[in-house]
Amino acid sequence: MKRRSDRVLDGWLWFAALLALALFMAFFIMLGTESRASVLRFGWRFVVTSVWDPVHSVFGALPFLYGTAVTSLFALVFGGLVGVCTAVFLVYFVRGWFRSWLGGAIELLAAIPSVVYGLWGLFVLAPWLQHTLEPWLGRWLGFLPLFQGVPYGVGYLAAGLILSVMILPTVTALSRDVLLAVPRDIHEGALALGATTQEMITHVALPYARSGIISALMLGLGRAVGETIAVTMVIGNRPEISASLFAPGYTMASVIANEFTEATTHVYLSALYEVGLLLFLLTVAFYVVARLFIRGIAKTEGNV
Amino acid sequence: MQPRDMMQTVHPGHLRWRKWKNRLFAGVIFGLALLAVLPLLLILAYVVFRGAPGVSLRFFTSLPAPTGIPGGMANAIVGSIVMVLMATAMSAPVGVTIGLFLAETHHARWQNMVRFVCDVLSGTPTIVIGLLVYAMVVAPSGGFSGFSGSVALAILMLPTIARSSEQVFRLVPVTLREAGHALGGTRTQVWLRILLPTARAGVITGLLLAVSRALGETAPLMFTAFGNQFWSNNVTQPTAALPLQVFTYALSPYDDWHQSAWTGALTLVAIALIINLFARWVSRTRR
Repeated sequence: MKRRSDRVLDGWLWFAALLALALFMAFFIMLGTESRASVLRFGWRFVVTSVWDPVHSVFGALPFLYGTAVTSLFALVFGGLVGVCTAVFLVYFVRGWFRSWLGGAIELLAAIPSVVYGLWGLFVLAPWLQHTLEPWLGRWLGFLPLFQGVPYGVGYLAAGLILSVMILPTVTALSRDVLLAVPRDIHEGALALGATTQEMITHVALPYARSGIISALMLGLGRAVGETIAVTMVIGNRPEISASLFAPGYTMASVIANEFTEATTHVYLSALYEVGLLLFLLTVAFYVVARLFIRGIAKTEGNV
Repeated sequence: MQPRDMMQTVHPGHLRWRKWKNRLFAGVIFGLALLAVLPLLLILAYVVFRGAPGVSLRFFTSLPAPTGIPGGMANAIVGSIVMVLMATAMSAPVGVTIGLFLAETHHARWQNMVRFVCDVLSGTPTIVIGLLVYAMVVAPSGGFSGFSGSVALAILMLPTIARSSEQVFRLVPVTLREAGHALGGTRTQVWLRILLPTARAGVITGLLLAVSRALGETAPLMFTAFGNQFWSNNVTQPTAALPLQVFTYALSPYDDWHQSAWTGALTLVAIALIINLFARWVSRTRR
């Protein structure tokens, strides 16, 4: 037999839980209905054509998909590499107060608002790229299409670098936790067999922690794909596809940020909602993949 | 076998290569870890040095002014605080309750679903939250408003609050709960009188981190609160927010507005760091 107060509290708990589920459904329903006009009108052409012409109501989102892909893959490779190496440094090369201090400092990066990253990227990073790094890269690596063209400062490279910094705390903190969970006997076993520290890390610890690190990278990728303000400030906002990292581009999140309040026609708004829907589906997909890898760890641990 | 022969089987050249490789690896790792800290230092240094010259009483007490006339961001600071307080008032009760649902009840299937949804929502691009609130609140109500901005911030804060309070509730020892029930307490009494007070510090830490994140968010406010150059003492009207104001000023062509943007950024970073350090302190004193 249940007390009345318990029943009231149960009701409130269920209400809160169902509210969360309803909120999640609301994303699909609202974004789905709002983007209906665009989906019906453009169909698949929306994601494979690159003409974005509000005046003639022709919308192809390929340049934004491309910009999002380039900048977030750049962040995944560069920020991911630095993040995983920093985690290795924190776990295997330092300990005690320095480890927690350094780890805390990198986690503070996550506390800095993204508009501050954007401001710094726009006024400090972009001019430095334009006058120093991009001309230098152009001189030495200019034979690659990636590093050709006029250095603008703002563009894919600036956005990719800013995103690398922004996903760093996510990747570092999660990979550090995964590496700390590698059983001691495994890496001490490797050292006892005569492996150097490097061999122990690259042949034993990292393979053991692989699925956890991949899920950390996927979550970082999810953050990079959805990041809006900082990218909008440094990407240059030009709906074109360029092979060069120096060129200005556009991303899915930044086109919504820039054009949503200016969208005058129904189809235009609907097209922007469809970009939002795609963005939402992408982040859900990344999260699901990350979870599958985490489940992978749980399984291997169960088998060992 | 003589020791000397054994040495030959390991091949001294190979050993030297492995040791060298080990040192190179350590050097690369050390270098990349330094590279990871560098942006934090650079950003903090620039924000402090570029922002500090603009810090004045006027900045915190007066309205934005046209370029050439000294102005401040007082309305944006107040707008941010009001919207975040409203968002917290909406999000905290629901979020903590979801935490309770996840940690204390036994409906595994539902709990997994709610947990999944919370995790997905915490990774949802904040601009998409802005779109959702535009479609659900702004468009039906007929215009941008501070209220819709706080709804967007509440959605943003919800998963953080829910998951952090879940973890805190799980840390409360089972014995405390059992003692409560043994004394004849109902579930309601045990949860409200024992669980919540015990977990208070941790729940507050989670709330503070969510508040800190909400204070710095720009994207979900762009087409909900929209921004305002004047005082907005009505939450049904467009409302200014500090991050939005920094964004607008940074993209303007005027030098004095850029200065204001840096000072606004300094204010944002200072608030974020203070809240984060305070949250860490709260969670440390608990242990």
